[in-house]
Amino acid sequence: MDHTGHTTVAEWTPGDADSVEAAVAAFRQELELGAIAMVTTGPGQAEHVRELPVDADLVILRRPIAGG
Amino acid sequence: MADQARAQPLPEIAAVSWRPLVDAERLRRRGELWTLTTVAHVLPFVFAGGMLVALQPIALPVALACIAHAWVIPELYAARGANVVRRRRRAEPARAPETLALGLLGDLVGHAARNAYIATGLVPEPGRLGTWLVGPAGALLVRRGRLGRGRVDCWCVRVREADLPDADRVSHLLLALRADEQGFATVANLAFSGAVWRVRRRLDKPQRAALDAARSAERARPPVGPPVE
Repeated sequence: MDHTGHTTVAEWTPGDADSVEAAVAAFRQELELGAIAMVTTGPGQAEHVRELPVDADLVILRRPIAGG
Repeated sequence: MADQARAQPLPEIAAVSWRPLVDAERLRRRGELWTLTTVAHVLPFVFAGGMLVALQPIALPVALACIAHAWVIPELYAARGANVVRRRRRAEPARAPETLALGLLGDLVGHAARNAYIATGLVPEPGRLGTWLVGPAGALLVRRGRLGRGRVDCWCVRVREADLPDADRVSHLLLALRADEQGFATVANLAFSGAVWRVRRRLDKPQRAALDAARSAERARPPVGPPVE
């Protein structure tokens, strides 16, 4: 999620090693830049992940929150 | 529903490590402390006003000024609480990013909640601590107070990122809330805690409806036990 609404950082297919490798690299780069990766785990539930869950349909990168 | 056990604490908690983790009991105690503080601010002015009139009736204008102070202080607190979800007026909203962000928000919360956001600027999200109303720069937590009365906690919390669409800001907060509700309430700053009606009158009409719906939802659901650690 960014100023454009959202941007697709990477797309991958679990069976495609090259796409997974590229996605993992992009994922780690975003984490190093301070993003927090989230996956939806059910209705109204989410959890953050530190490694790219290759079998997930969607991984959302969010920015840290803070008290105002 | 943000009612899962704390499988993973919110990473942002590390930035506020001195804060104790918020749970239902701590929330209740903070709410009571908030009420006591307000009473402690108000009572001296009421007492002084009464004493002034009793001792010297000609001091009525000063007594009235004291009473006005006693009335204004809780109002200012409630206004500060309502401000966390007050809608900003943007000079020129960027439509394409906002539309895109709304789409993602709709995927997260469903069409009904997305439409509620469009109408009110708030996304309703049931949680274990109560029913949340999440806005771009803050959230309201509607819960049962003492004697089952409605109580609202106003939280100032945001993503410190410039130029994000408002719907994206809500999505950021919503994801954090869903991942760790207690952590979310720990990271956020409590701006106000008090009776629902005190904040309600400070909100615009659509937001009042959202607050009413959240209060009804809280009344309807059975009390939940303490969170599983």
